[in-house]
Amino acid sequence: MKDKERGIRYVAPSLIVLTLVTVYPVLYVFYLSLHRKLLIFNISKFIALDNYLFLIRDERFWNALRNTAYFTGLSVALELLLGLGIAVLLNRSFRLKGASRAIVLIPWAIPTVVSARMWEMMFNTDFGVINYLLGVKINWLGSPFWAIHAAIFVDVWKTTPFVVILLTAGLQVIPRELYSAARIDGAGSWQMFRSVTLPLLLPVILVVLLFRTLDAFRVFDAVYVLTGGGPANSTETVSIYAYKVLFQTLQFGYGSALSLVVFFCTGSIGIFYIRLMTGRRT
Amino acid sequence: MMKRAGFYALLAVVMLYCAGPLAWQLITSIKLSGEIAVLPPLVSTNPTAAHYLSVFHDYSFARYILNSLIVAGSTTILSLLLGSICSFGLAKLRVPFASLVLAFILSVSMFPPIATVSPLYIIIRTLGLRDTLAALVMTHTVFSLPLTVWVLTNFFRTVPDDIYHAARIDGCRPFQVYWKIMLPLSLPAVFTTAILVFIFSWNEFLFALTFTSASARTVPVAIALFPGIHEMPWGEIAAASVIVTLPIILLVLLFQRKIVEGLTSGAVKG
Repeated sequence: MKDKERGIRYVAPSLIVLTLVTVYPVLYVFYLSLHRKLLIFNISKFIALDNYLFLIRDERFWNALRNTAYFTGLSVALELLLGLGIAVLLNRSFRLKGASRAIVLIPWAIPTVVSARMWEMMFNTDFGVINYLLGVKINWLGSPFWAIHAAIFVDVWKTTPFVVILLTAGLQVIPRELYSAARIDGAGSWQMFRSVTLPLLLPVILVVLLFRTLDAFRVFDAVYVLTGGGPANSTETVSIYAYKVLFQTLQFGYGSALSLVVFFCTGSIGIFYIRLMTGRRT
Repeated sequence: MMKRAGFYALLAVVMLYCAGPLAWQLITSIKLSGEIAVLPPLVSTNPTAAHYLSVFHDYSFARYILNSLIVAGSTTILSLLLGSICSFGLAKLRVPFASLVLAFILSVSMFPPIATVSPLYIIIRTLGLRDTLAALVMTHTVFSLPLTVWVLTNFFRTVPDDIYHAARIDGCRPFQVYWKIMLPLSLPAVFTTAILVFIFSWNEFLFALTFTSASARTVPVAIALFPGIHEMPWGEIAAASVIVTLPIILLVLLFQRKIVEGLTSGAVKG
């Protein structure tokens, strides 16, 4: 039985600030995207869908979208695989388990900006520790091919702990009896992983994929600090492109149109995964 | 025996992968400037505190750290106050379309910040809040609300309704039940949420970069925009990185269990 006292007064303050600071701005972004708005000259002119028509023909936008998709796909896949491996490893019982789990959290806790700076230094061509350890002399952040992969690597490093945490929680609720039953039936460890662990972990894996895909698709900090979108826009994601258009060239109309693309893409990704999850449940 | 050794070897690799880069940063931060760019990269034989001193002397990091502390601290308090009141209403009182309200709040956490940054910038400029800590506290509070409401609503729901009703019969008004009974009972969950919100705000970059220019600059922005035209001050960058990261690492090592609980709350159950 709920109290007759209306809860709406308790919920209202949060709803109001959320609406003011997130929903209202998104509507405002849409409004801006229909204008040619240059902040410095106080120019603001209604141009209907011209920004979007320009966007469709903007090769730099398509390049950014391709980069974002490639970045998202590869980094989420690697995070999931690596996270799964580490979670399974840490799920065994051993001494120093608590300490190991705390250490695994370190990359997650480090500010993204700091991790980008850290790796920037280690990726340095001349004195970076990575080239030294590999015994090569690759210009990681200076060549288009390596730069995007270096950015993906930094993102994977930073976010794998989050995947490990969620998957570990998922592993812990799998009943032990299932494993002993499988063992009696003569299953090897790979078979147990495939026919017990993986299916029972699937709901958690979907949650991980949802969070990580959304996050990776709107990536900004890590790549912006590591490469600034370069060299030659090879690591420029849609968020970075939108940010540059907004705050470096101060074209608020076109920049808003670009940032709405990120909004609609992440929205579609979210709906896709939530459909998938609820579809599995019913 | 062999299997056991293999396991520990693999474990060591994972630990090195996770903690190695930070350790390397720590080593770099106490090297002399001349030693940083030298190959093979060695551990310094005569450690120096010069970079740490320089970060405070030449780059006014004390100011940035204070800014970050004020922003993250205020954000944590505000987000928990607003969020816990909201969660109390959702968990214990009658709210029309309660599940829809919760779904809306959660969907906000999927909003990409980049899609709100241009109008927020215009609003903040109009209000005269550019380059103020208030602008950051406001945006950080709102963007951390979904997490706070989600974790606390889940927790409040586990507190038996009987406690609530007993207090009501004894003459407590709902708000008194929230303040005198629910909050004290939920201290562990409140604490967990506080850590997560603090870390989020401490690390936040996009809004901090956009809304501040000088006096309200936070540490992540200062590190990202470290001045260096011809030669990067790598020693200083390393020292600054260690300074901002250590408090967070300490929180993580001390409260590892709580953080894990907070991050998995709901994600696994729901």
